[in-house]
Amino acid sequence: MALNVRRYDAIVVGAGGSGMRAALELARAGLKTAVLSKVFPTRSHTVAAQGGIAAPLANSTEDNWHWHMYDTVKGSDYLGDQDAIEYMCRRAIEVVVELEHMGMPFDRLENGKIYQRPFGGHTQDYGSAKMAMRACAAADRTGHAMLHTLYQQNVRANTQFLVEWMALDLIRDPQDGAIVGITALEMETGELCILQGKAVLLATGGAGRIYWATTNAFINTGDGLGMVARAGLPLEDMEFWQFHPTGVAGAGVLITEGVRGEGGYLLNKNGERFMERYAPNNKDLASRDVVSRAMTTEIKEGRGCGEHGDHLLLKLDHLGPEVIMHRLPGIREIAIKFANADPIREPIPVVPTVHYQMGGIPTNYMGQVIAPEGASKEAIVPGLYAAGECACVSVHGANRLGTNSLLDLLVFGKASGEQVIKDIRGQPAPHRNLPKEAGEATRARVARLDGAKTSERVVDVLNDLRRTMQAHCGVFRFPDDLHKGVEKVKELGERVQRTFIADKSKVYNTARVEALELENLVETAMATMISAEARKESRGAQARADYPERDDQNWMKHTLWYKEGNRLDYKPVHLRPLTVQTMEPKVRTY
Amino acid sequence: MKLTIYRYNPDKDAKPYYQDYDVPIDAHDRMLLDALVKAKAIDDSLAFRRSCREGVCGSDAMNINGKNQLACITKIADLPEHVTIRPLPGLPVIRDLIVDMTQFFKQYHSIKPYVINNDPAPERERLQSPEEREHLNGLYECILCACCSTSCPSWWWNPDKFVGPAGLLQAYRFIADTRDQATSERLDNLEDPYRLFRCHTIMNCVDVCPKNLNPTKAINHIKELLVKRAV
Repeated sequence: MALNVRRYDAIVVGAGGSGMRAALELARAGLKTAVLSKVFPTRSHTVAAQGGIAAPLANSTEDNWHWHMYDTVKGSDYLGDQDAIEYMCRRAIEVVVELEHMGMPFDRLENGKIYQRPFGGHTQDYGSAKMAMRACAAADRTGHAMLHTLYQQNVRANTQFLVEWMALDLIRDPQDGAIVGITALEMETGELCILQGKAVLLATGGAGRIYWATTNAFINTGDGLGMVARAGLPLEDMEFWQFHPTGVAGAGVLITEGVRGEGGYLLNKNGERFMERYAPNNKDLASRDVVSRAMTTEIKEGRGCGEHGDHLLLKLDHLGPEVIMHRLPGIREIAIKFANADPIREPIPVVPTVHYQMGGIPTNYMGQVIAPEGASKEAIVPGLYAAGECACVSVHGANRLGTNSLLDLLVFGKASGEQVIKDIRGQPAPHRNLPKEAGEATRARVARLDGAKTSERVVDVLNDLRRTMQAHCGVFRFPDDLHKGVEKVKELGERVQRTFIADKSKVYNTARVEALELENLVETAMATMISAEARKESRGAQARADYPERDDQNWMKHTLWYKEGNRLDYKPVHLRPLTVQTMEPKVRTY
Repeated sequence: MKLTIYRYNPDKDAKPYYQDYDVPIDAHDRMLLDALVKAKAIDDSLAFRRSCREGVCGSDAMNINGKNQLACITKIADLPEHVTIRPLPGLPVIRDLIVDMTQFFKQYHSIKPYVINNDPAPERERLQSPEEREHLNGLYECILCACCSTSCPSWWWNPDKFVGPAGLLQAYRFIADTRDQATSERLDNLEDPYRLFRCHTIMNCVDVCPKNLNPTKAINHIKELLVKRAV
C-alpha cells in the first residue's frame, strides 16, 4: 500500500527560531508551506536560550559590525567562513530591529532603546580588553521571548503547522539527487506519509542528547542530521561541540553566560578567581572553549569544589538582589530548584556541560545545502536547505560565541526563506514526480521496529551511547579514548539495528518516536567520533592532549563525514569575506 | 517511590484505568520527571510529553496528587512517597497523560496574540521606557503549559466560550504593551458575558501557575479598563 502524499510548495522541518523565522518569510510570500514540529512550536529548544542576541546596535558602548565580525572569526578559532560571518554580522541590526517591531519584549535603557549586556568574547576595537555591550536581552529569558514572538507572528501570518509530526527521511530524485520531499510520522495517529515539496528546509536544531551531561532538551536528537546522513550527504565539522562553562553541576541545566556579563565570576575551592590566570584581559568573559578548558584543568589539578572536588562555583551575590531579580530572575529560579542555592546569598555549583553543536549540514550563507560533486567541493543540492543549529554555514567554526546562536537563527532563517522564495518563484515549475521507491526506506525502518520481538532495549543503547560520548569525547580529548570511542560507537551503531520496542500500538507511540530518534543520535555520534579522531590538532572546542597546538598548515579545513563507510573528506575554509580584508589567523588569547 | 498513573490507550483499552509503578529512586533523581522517565524505562508504553526538563517549554503539565504542575520542576523530595498522576483535567485524553490541547490554543489564538501597530516601521527599534517595559513583567513569561486554564472551573464548563486565564493573561500582555495600538479592538473582543466575565475570581489559576504569574490580576485590569471605557 502506497503512503498518502500531501503536496506543498515548501516544507519546513522544525519550528524553533530558524524554522519559524523562515516560515514567516514563506507565509508572507503566500507560498503553500507546511511547518512540521515534533512539539508544539513554543516548546522548541530555542525557548531555553537565556542571555541575549548579538547585534552591534551600540546602544551602550561604541560598536560596529567590523568588530563583531572580528570577534566571531577569532572566536571560531579561524575555522569560520569569513564570507558567511560578514554576511551575518552585517544583517544583525536589521533582524534584531525587525524582531523588536514584531513585539519582542526586550529590556530597555533609560532612553528607551534596547538593553544590551556584555558577553564572552565580544569586544571593542578588534579584541581589546574593553568588552562590547552587544547582547540584546529580555532579562535572562531572551530565547523564550523570541520564540513566542516568532510564533505569534506566524499565527498572524496564518502559517500552517503540522504539530507533533516527526520527519523521518529525505526523498531524493535518483536522476540528479534533488530533494523532492520527506517522509513523516503523524504522532497522534501513528500514520506514515509523504510530504512532497519543491523545497525542504531543515531546521531541526542540535543533537546534544548524544552526551550524558547536556543542557539540551529531550527533543534535541539530531533528526535533520540523521536524515541527511542516510540520504548519502555529508555532515560538516561534527567534532566541534561546545561545552558551556556553566551548567548546574549534576543537573546539566543551563546558567547563562549573562551572569558573568552582569559581573558574576568563577571561583575554585581556594576562593581564587582563577580565570585571571588563564585569560588576563577578558577573564571570565573569555570565549567558552577557553573558560571550559580552564575549569576542567582546575578540577583535574585538585582545585575543584565540593566533597568530590568535581565542580566550581559561580559567584554573583555581590551583584545585589536588585540586579539578580531584575536581570537574572530565571537563573535564580533554576538555581533554587536545581542546585538548592539562592544566588542572592550563595554561589551556584557549575561544571562545563555540552551545549551546542558547531558543525552540521553544510550550507552556504543563503541556506542552500552544499556537498562535493565532481570538481566542485560546494555543489548545491537542489531542493534542500538548512538553517539554525542543524546547519553548518559555517559562522561558528570551531567555537561559537554566546548570543551568536540566536542571531544565526534570525539571519539564516530569514536568508534561507528568501532563497526558497527566489528559487520557487524564479523558476516556476511543476512538482517533480516522486521516485517509484519513495518512502520505502522509511517503511522498512518502521517495519523492522514493529516486527522486532526482543533484543536490544532502546533505553539501554541510548544510555550506553551517551555515556560513551561523555567518556571518550569531552573537553580534553586523548588519543586512546578517541580510538576506543570510535570502536564503541561503531558497536552501538550495530546494536541500534537490533533495537525493539514492546509497545506496538499506533496512537501516540512515544516508544516508537524514541527508537527512531536513537537512529539519528547514533549517526550524529558516529560523525562526531570519527571526525574528532581524525583531526590531529587542537582548535576551538577540539582540544587534543596529543596535538595541543592549532595547525593551520595542515588543518585549517572543514571536515566532511559520510555515513557510508565512515568516509572523510575535507574542504577549504572561506578566508575571503564579501567586502573587507581577510582576517588573518593569529595566536588566540583573551 | 510509588507512582499511580492514569492509563488509556484507545488502540486497546475500552476504558481508562490506573496502573502502579514502583520506581527505584537514587540521589540523581531530583524531579518527578526523572521518576517518570524511569517508569517509562520499565514500561515503554507509558506516554507523556516532555522536552526542556527545566520548566520553560511547558510540555509536561499534568495533575500531580490533585494539583496541576510541571513534572520537571516538581521536586521528589517535596512529594509524599505515593504519588497519583492524572492528565490535565478538562481536556480530551489522547493517550495516558497526553491531552488534546486544541481548545486551549484556540482560545489563545482568539485574543490575537501579537503586537498590532500599523504605523510605518521606523528604521531602528520603537522606543519604550524601562517603566513601560516593566508592565510586561508577570505577563510575557507565560509558557502556555495550560496548568491554569485546566484548573479553572469556569473553563471546564465553557472551554469553547470562556477564553480562560492563560488566554486572558496574554490578552492583557498586548494591551499593556505601549507599542500595541489595538486596545479598543481587544476590549471589544472580550466584552462578552462569556469570553471575559466567566471569570469568578476563584483564583485556582494563581494557585497553580508554575511560573508564579497572576492571571486573575490581569483579568481584573481588563475589567477595570472596560469599566473606565463605559463611563
